[in-house]
Amino acid sequence: MIIDLPRFIDAERPTWMELEKMLDRIAQEPDRRMELEEVQRFHLLYQKVSADLARVATFASEPELRRYLESLTARAYGEIHETRDRAHRFRPLHWFLNEFPRAFRRRSGAFTLAVVILMVGAIFGGFATMFDEEAKEAILPKQFSHLLGDPAKRVAEEESATSDRAGGRHTYFAAFLMQNNIKVSILSLGLGITFGIGTIIELFSNSVSLGLIVVDYVRAGQTMFMLGWLLPHGVIEIPSLLIAGQGGLVLGAALIGYGDRASLTDRLRAVGPDLMALTCGFAGMLVWAGIIESFLSQYHEPFIHYWQKILFGLAEFAVLIWFLYFRKIADPEEKP
Amino acid sequence: MNPTLKIRTPEGIAFSFALAGPVVRCLAWIIDFLVTTVAVLMLSLLGQMGGIISADISQAISILAYFVISVGYGIFFEWIWRGQTLGKRLLRLRVMDAQGLRLQFYQVLLRNLLRFVDALPALYLVGGLASFFSRRAQRLGDLAANTVVVYNPKPAEPDLDQLLAGKFNSLRQHPHLEARMRQRVSPDEARLALQAIIRRDELDPAPRVALFSELAEHFKGLVHFPPEVIEAMPDEQYVRNVVDILFRTRAVEAKPPAKEMAVAAR
Repeated sequence: MIIDLPRFIDAERPTWMELEKMLDRIAQEPDRRMELEEVQRFHLLYQKVSADLARVATFASEPELRRYLESLTARAYGEIHETRDRAHRFRPLHWFLNEFPRAFRRRSGAFTLAVVILMVGAIFGGFATMFDEEAKEAILPKQFSHLLGDPAKRVAEEESATSDRAGGRHTYFAAFLMQNNIKVSILSLGLGITFGIGTIIELFSNSVSLGLIVVDYVRAGQTMFMLGWLLPHGVIEIPSLLIAGQGGLVLGAALIGYGDRASLTDRLRAVGPDLMALTCGFAGMLVWAGIIESFLSQYHEPFIHYWQKILFGLAEFAVLIWFLYFRKIADPEEKP
Repeated sequence: MNPTLKIRTPEGIAFSFALAGPVVRCLAWIIDFLVTTVAVLMLSLLGQMGGIISADISQAISILAYFVISVGYGIFFEWIWRGQTLGKRLLRLRVMDAQGLRLQFYQVLLRNLLRFVDALPALYLVGGLASFFSRRAQRLGDLAANTVVVYNPKPAEPDLDQLLAGKFNSLRQHPHLEARMRQRVSPDEARLALQAIIRRDELDPAPRVALFSELAEHFKGLVHFPPEVIEAMPDEQYVRNVVDILFRTRAVEAKPPAKEMAVAAR
């Protein structure tokens, strides 16, 4: 019980100020490791302020003081009881080079499932265009309306073009592709919140369009054109969409929690850093894919040989496989 | 009544936060939307000026700026301002970890990325409905990131000096009983008495007399002042004197300065 409030405040104020200073320092230097004595002092101050809060909580006329002590206690509580890695610094390059492949490998099951969905969708799209002439028009989204015509006719037009169809707007086109593909991928990952169902639908629908276009060009005898057109950017773009789907499936699995005895909160906490790493990864990949699609994929023979583009695409794919599966990655960030 | 987030520490200390509802969050979003729109327009203007050199590059910068600002605004500000954007700061909202732990970057990122889903099919309908039906007023992004948005209202503090100063308070002549009164009155009782004093002129005479009679009787039961002090004192004056004791302490001077408290509350 507090009888003399002014004396109580005078006596305890140095403790509150000291804790506040320590908390400010932690916020300003999140990566600094405290010495044992500092940790002990921090814990003692937290306990003292908690006790002061308990005493003030019953005191009628000091709501402001109570809020102040609540705020201090809440901040110190957050620091003392936090056991997760300190991911304070914004380190996109580190996340891309190390955390992304680590998360990708750790969640490889979800990636495999995404690949299976892609293949089923692509096969469905391929069969649809083989057995139904109207499938192309019915399935392809509006942004692919330029692909509705005869592939051979399109190839002839592209190969006889005498001027740059992009009309010197490659940078704009690359920027458009980057932001559009990243948006689509983020949506695909985010739809994992529907227990993964939304992600599966999104992946399947994109795969149907892909399968449909590929089979359409192969049937028209334009396989080399199609490979030269799609491979340079597709070998990065399609895995990016799959990785976004992988993230969505990981999120969906965490929500479902089948066979996992951890609570929903703990399951979501466990996948959160991996989702961040995967997002960082597919965003970086799609920036590259946008540049390649705008500056290379849109050029065809006779300007550049198809085998050169195919070779470039295969080389990119090899590097990607090495990066995702085999590259030695740095150790995880140390726990505090 | 707004839902609250209650946190009890292992040390047995409990504190609670008022959770922000969909309406106030929508207002904060509108402010943020206006801020991002203005920022994008300004960058577009700069891009057009750059177009004197290369229209292609300036258009690319414009489209990327729009994308980066619309996606990155929330992530950037919620991270550097510890859970607040400009709109949230103006409306005294803050994003918090749902367990009261330190907000992590991945949580900020995830809740902002899931805006793409919450915004479906338009005007945050999915997120608004999720928040409306959620026990902790969470939209889907908050659910995935395990965050909540709390509301720290600034209480409207009446001008007590104007309300109570200059009037003789005979109860103050008994400091030990004055201290006991502060000790025994609960925060809720104190607030009730204060509101009664503030709103007394809004009451009709009969209910006013009845209300202050009831309050005075309650407070008299908590601390027994000498009969000669309170005998001739009307109930309303007694309650006013009690409020004076509770809220106008000499402790004001000894409190941590308001600026320090504001910093700590961040």
